[in-house]
Amino acid sequence: MSEIKKARDDWNREVNNFKERSYRFETVSGEPVDILYTPEEIKHLDYLRDLGFPGKYPFTRGVYVNMYRGKLWTMRQFSGFGTPEDTNRRYKYLLEHGQTGLSVAFDFPTLYGRDSDDPFSAGEVGRCGVAVDTLRDMEIIFDGIPLESISTSMTINPPAAMLLAMYIAVGEKQGVPSERLTGTIQNDMLKEYQAQKTWIYPPEPSMRIITDILSYCSERVPKWNTISISGYHIREAGATAVQELAFTLANGFTYVDYGIKAGIPVDKFAPRLSFFFNSHLDFFEEIAKYRAARRIWAREMRNRYGAKDPRSWLMRFHTQTAGCTLTAQQPENNIVRVAFQALAAVLGGTQSLHTNSMDETYALPTEKAVKIALRTQQLLAHETGVANTIDPLGGSYYVEALTNRLEEQAYKYFERIDSLGGVIPAIETGFFQREIAESAYRYQRDVEKRQKIVVGVNDFIEEEEPKIELLKIRPEVERHQIERLNEVRKERNNQKVKESLRELRRAAHNGANLMPRILDAVRAYATLGEMCGVLKEEFGEYEEPIIF
Amino acid sequence: MEGKIRVLVAKPGLDGHDRGAKVVAAALRDAGMEVIYTGLHQTPEQIVEAAIQEDVDLIGISILSGAHMTIFPRILKLLQEKGAGHIIVSGGGIIPKEDMEKLERLGVKKLFGPGTPTTEIVEWIKETVKR
Repeated sequence: MSEIKKARDDWNREVNNFKERSYRFETVSGEPVDILYTPEEIKHLDYLRDLGFPGKYPFTRGVYVNMYRGKLWTMRQFSGFGTPEDTNRRYKYLLEHGQTGLSVAFDFPTLYGRDSDDPFSAGEVGRCGVAVDTLRDMEIIFDGIPLESISTSMTINPPAAMLLAMYIAVGEKQGVPSERLTGTIQNDMLKEYQAQKTWIYPPEPSMRIITDILSYCSERVPKWNTISISGYHIREAGATAVQELAFTLANGFTYVDYGIKAGIPVDKFAPRLSFFFNSHLDFFEEIAKYRAARRIWAREMRNRYGAKDPRSWLMRFHTQTAGCTLTAQQPENNIVRVAFQALAAVLGGTQSLHTNSMDETYALPTEKAVKIALRTQQLLAHETGVANTIDPLGGSYYVEALTNRLEEQAYKYFERIDSLGGVIPAIETGFFQREIAESAYRYQRDVEKRQKIVVGVNDFIEEEEPKIELLKIRPEVERHQIERLNEVRKERNNQKVKESLRELRRAAHNGANLMPRILDAVRAYATLGEMCGVLKEEFGEYEEPIIF
Repeated sequence: MEGKIRVLVAKPGLDGHDRGAKVVAAALRDAGMEVIYTGLHQTPEQIVEAAIQEDVDLIGISILSGAHMTIFPRILKLLQEKGAGHIIVSGGGIIPKEDMEKLERLGVKKLFGPGTPTTEIVEWIKETVKR
């Protein structure tokens, strides 16, 4: 090592004679980057302690023993729009073209637990996702799609329990018992208060709903991922890589704390927690982020929470390329951005991946744009050779040093969050919101001062307007959806709905697990708005501190 | 003697994507304007009410949910009804060009797409409000 050090010193002296171009050498998140990394920067790295073997603690190199040699990542494109019929057609299209899992995007009213005819829903029905009011809509979305053999991810948060219940009920109708269903509900309310801003109830009742789901699923839906602890939206809202890493993990630990507090043994629910990260522009920083995340989670789950089951230690995660990095200018360039980001996710060992479409700064993607995005993953998987060996960047001086650095920075944030009393008090005082807004503003100023170059936006600009085809949502979607909702209301047994809602209210009140009551209400075709309405009356509504 | 330009930055509907709204609000503030940010989930009625009460020169609406063709016309109509047609309406977000043109014909003064520098928005507001 001393020989290397001496040679390095010599080289340093030499390189100092060379003029550097005028540029701030740092990651997209502002982490400083050295000109060169050598064994010296990672001399404290202990292979077995810090990296280990794939599928073995601390899982830095990957969560499965043979990783992509055994099974490629799941190619899972997030989609949903218009009516349930439109979405069903898109899913069949994606499955025909080789997609291996489904991921449901709901419209805003559904995300907020409101019916399509709620005054607040005007103009939003079916716009940026599919509208779901009752079980009837879910039956249509999954018509002809066997839940037995496909896994489904649902991006749904405050009404996660209701949508999961609807999925279970669709399974029942297909003859698939809940024990065999596989998939994910996002169900991550903490990041909603911090970044994505889709909420109904205040944090504490939200946490109660979540622990009810954890407890119910550990018995009845054991293969379901109960929370997808998400950094994606934190990053999209403007956070840096370190903030994404730190806030997401802090949220994860908070769910574990609450699960344990609710009396569920940690090894009973922790194996079903999964994660969801962003894949942003800075290639190596992203790879380091995934590796640091796995190591921190494993260490804390084993040491702090005393989890004994190795499945509780391993962090499985989904990745989506960064929507916020797509540009409206020269949109075809986005295909390339997405490819780099997807490559980072794969080199970082993701379990599933969504690649964004080039036209998403304008509208929901067209079929053609989605197909190119999916093909990008297939190219990575089958042509580039990157899936041949596990964690190919493990041992890279730079990637290891950056992994260590991100980890250290994350622990600094954990301390700050602890000093604020934990994640929920920090949400209530606007800590995360402020941190994220400041990072977003700093980034924007860097772009405007051209300290960060965005191709096509602040350099390499073309005056010509892009001409690309866009997806249009049929304006009659809202009317169709409301008509169907009214039909369901007329046809269902309203007495039964009333009774089931009464039972739901009682459970909300007396602390019984909400899931079985929600499932009964869903089976009776209660609407999402009716179910969430009952809980809103019981739990109240959240109001956020306004910060910019 | 001229007072500060007063701007209401508003997030209508159910759309929670507030990154852009907050960045623009901060940039307008740093450019010396008086900025009122409504927070999320505002109805057109609440936005118009706030704009009148705060006596703003301009409303900047951020919308990324696709509901722009419903929200903007309602705000314009409500402003007219309340005798506040002098308040300038602008905005930005994920809005296809075609819709932008339609909305500008309806009376939205100007819409800004993704990638717009905040300096451009600041300049435009300074020029437009002065007139």
